[in-house]
Amino acid sequence: MSSIIEIKNLSFAYGDGDDGIGETVLDGISLEIEEGSFTAVLGRNGCGKSTLAKHFNCINLPSGGSVCVLGMDTADEKNLFRIRSQAGMVFQNPDNQMVAALVEDEVAFAPENLGLEPEEIRRRVDEALETVGMSEYALRPSAGLSGGQKQRVAIAGVLAMKPKLIILDEATAMLDPKGRKEVMSAVTKINRMQGAAVVHITHYMEEAALADRVIVMDGGRIIMDDTPRRVFSRTEELKAVGLNVPQVTYAAHELKKAGINIRTDVLTVEELYRELTALRK
Amino acid sequence: MIILENVSYTYNRGRPDVCHALHDVSLEIPDGSITAVIGHTGSGKSTLIQLLNGIEKPDSGRVLVNGTEVTAKDTDMRALRFRVGMVMQYPEYQLFEETVERDIAFGPGNMGLGESEIKERVFRAAELVGLSGEELKKSPFELSGGQKRRAAIAGVIAMEPEVLVMDEPAAGLDPKGRSAVFELIRTLHLKRPDMIIIFVSHSMEDVAATAERVIVMNNGSAVMNDETGRVFSRGDELKTIGLDVPQMAVLCSRLRKAGFNIPEGIYTVEAAVENLKRVLIND
Amino acid sequence: MIKDITIGQYIYGTSPLHKLEPWVKIVLTLVYAAVVLMLKAPAAYAVYFAFTAAAVLISTVPVKMLLKGLKPLIWLFAFTSVFNLFLTPGEPLCSFRLGALAVSISRAGIKASVLLALRLTLLVMGTSLLTLTTSPLQLTDGIEKLLKPLAGIKVPAHEIAMMTSIAIRFIPTIGEEADRLMKAQKARGADMESGGIFKRARAMTPILIPLLTSAFRRADELAVAMDARCYGGGKRTRMKVTHAGRRDAAAAAVLAAVSAAALIAGII
Repeated sequence: MSSIIEIKNLSFAYGDGDDGIGETVLDGISLEIEEGSFTAVLGRNGCGKSTLAKHFNCINLPSGGSVCVLGMDTADEKNLFRIRSQAGMVFQNPDNQMVAALVEDEVAFAPENLGLEPEEIRRRVDEALETVGMSEYALRPSAGLSGGQKQRVAIAGVLAMKPKLIILDEATAMLDPKGRKEVMSAVTKINRMQGAAVVHITHYMEEAALADRVIVMDGGRIIMDDTPRRVFSRTEELKAVGLNVPQVTYAAHELKKAGINIRTDVLTVEELYRELTALRK
Repeated sequence: MIILENVSYTYNRGRPDVCHALHDVSLEIPDGSITAVIGHTGSGKSTLIQLLNGIEKPDSGRVLVNGTEVTAKDTDMRALRFRVGMVMQYPEYQLFEETVERDIAFGPGNMGLGESEIKERVFRAAELVGLSGEELKKSPFELSGGQKRRAAIAGVIAMEPEVLVMDEPAAGLDPKGRSAVFELIRTLHLKRPDMIIIFVSHSMEDVAATAERVIVMNNGSAVMNDETGRVFSRGDELKTIGLDVPQMAVLCSRLRKAGFNIPEGIYTVEAAVENLKRVLIND
Repeated sequence: MIKDITIGQYIYGTSPLHKLEPWVKIVLTLVYAAVVLMLKAPAAYAVYFAFTAAAVLISTVPVKMLLKGLKPLIWLFAFTSVFNLFLTPGEPLCSFRLGALAVSISRAGIKASVLLALRLTLLVMGTSLLTLTTSPLQLTDGIEKLLKPLAGIKVPAHEIAMMTSIAIRFIPTIGEEADRLMKAQKARGADMESGGIFKRARAMTPILIPLLTSAFRRADELAVAMDARCYGGGKRTRMKVTHAGRRDAAAAAVLAAVSAAALIAGII
């Protein structure tokens, strides 16, 4: 498989300019994101995860090092719109990313910006709304929708560009559990059926557990990069950087500390249940 | 004690999009308890808590807070709101003063307290939520997300109300910010044991770690109102409503069915681990 | 309260009126309003009233909605009518004294006040019909097309249209937020209902400052979100392309005929 994103020794500082004084937000990051993969990014607020993600679609440009999206350097201005149409981003606050009053006009916004033919835009809008399960709302005003529905419309709005990568920048943070499930099932569907890669920035461990790969950031660096199972089994280290692990993983960890011989990389109730009942036999 | 008697509430009465947010709700919340209100968005839980300080008025029924009838016509609403503190969702967006200190003082100032009393209350509240003297001098907009949230909560705590109501106090925060908010609720409960604390949450893990009692709302009705352990032991009913159950409650009830000697009503990691150690090591 | 604002309330429909090209509809509404202001004879009013009633029926917009739009204007109607009733000179029909004031009502006065009320009603109904049958986005599209010829003298037609449509889109969002802030500050004992005008204006600070700050934050976030979806890249196309067609020509012809009839009725 080839990578969509190749980052080499990226550093980034805000306020970087004439005075040369800037607050370093990213520090020596190297990373590749594979085509069709599903990556979750974890880390406390201010660890640099959103800043990193905004390098994937040229909202931020590197202070040092390089970022390539589908082989195009983000620092080269002529690649800007091709990169942005290939790496779509959904943001945290559903209300602050909607431009149009009607759902279908919202979804049409990006393909309209790309200058596509009206018939093609119509086709993409209908398809994208279908994919996220919002077709019946096409002519409704977006203001009356639930948070989960609004975010699914936002995902459709990005999908209509036919991107190779979808970045969710804490897109589930303001949703209720039902809305989060709706968004996650739409995203996993897009990832599996349409092969778009997903980078999901989140604070919810159970969402990260759905990914193929979990990246943990702290202080502008990547400190862990592995499968969810292996990342979550490092309970103590995660706690040290202000993160939690799923309750079952934590319980397994505590039992192991007490001298009980069980696996500590369990992720679900079912797995811990099987471990514990096996001990009894 | 808080008492609701046959309370009903309807949005958009007489319009085609009419919505019955609460339907004949009767319940009691005892003194000195931490009560969590859980339920789907639209189950009526936000409406329920907004009745407690009279910001919303029910169509019918009575609401009583520590003997004061909120629903009576002659109740002094402003005086009531000082006794029933309300932290709305994303309260950091209501910060407006030049400094954090002055913002926290807004509520006590409206109560007409003396200068020194206000100052004292602001410092007590700030200390409780973990804001330093240096942070008090800053503009609210210079604080981090978690600090802003705690400053906003301090603004309500500084009114030293008898009842503190919080609508999703940890929504949108990172794990550390979340645990700081719930830690704050537990500390407040220790320092002010008679205060009635009520919070709305979608996170069963946070409810399990903090609440003593749980009210479950569904379709405008209060379908459960009981001690936390007893609510979570009714996992199947919660699932039918579409609510989650803490992982530990699910695990323990399955293990009990498989013959593990674990009592009912275990729902926190600590309690589950203690019981499992006993069962696995001593047996 | 604030969230009850219903600016640009649009009712989805498929009537011929809904299907008219937005810019044509705007122009026709302007012409309609101009003619209403020129109407004189009662016969002319009758013609125009019949025309407006027919348009309402065709539009399938509930008559109730239109009447609701007239409600806030009742006081304006009453006020201007009373003025006209008493102050229009003419042969007095009856006169009486109100304290030191000698008041007389003339036939001309009655006529003037009735016609003024009719005129206002026609104006409100005509313009409401425009916003009720045209979605905000169509309206801004219409405005954009009308402003396009001015691009030559550097009028940013597209930007104006985009700004207007975003502003309309954010009305419910900001309204909800204002409502929430009002509740939150009231919960902290803010008193916004008593005192004189200055005290009340001052009491609004705890709502206005957060509302403004968040409006700036929203604007920032929206700008990034628009960038991320390739806004400002190159030539923008539209999903819904409409052109003025036979239906629009027919509508214009009907309006012209009715207006001519009404104006001629006024002369005869």
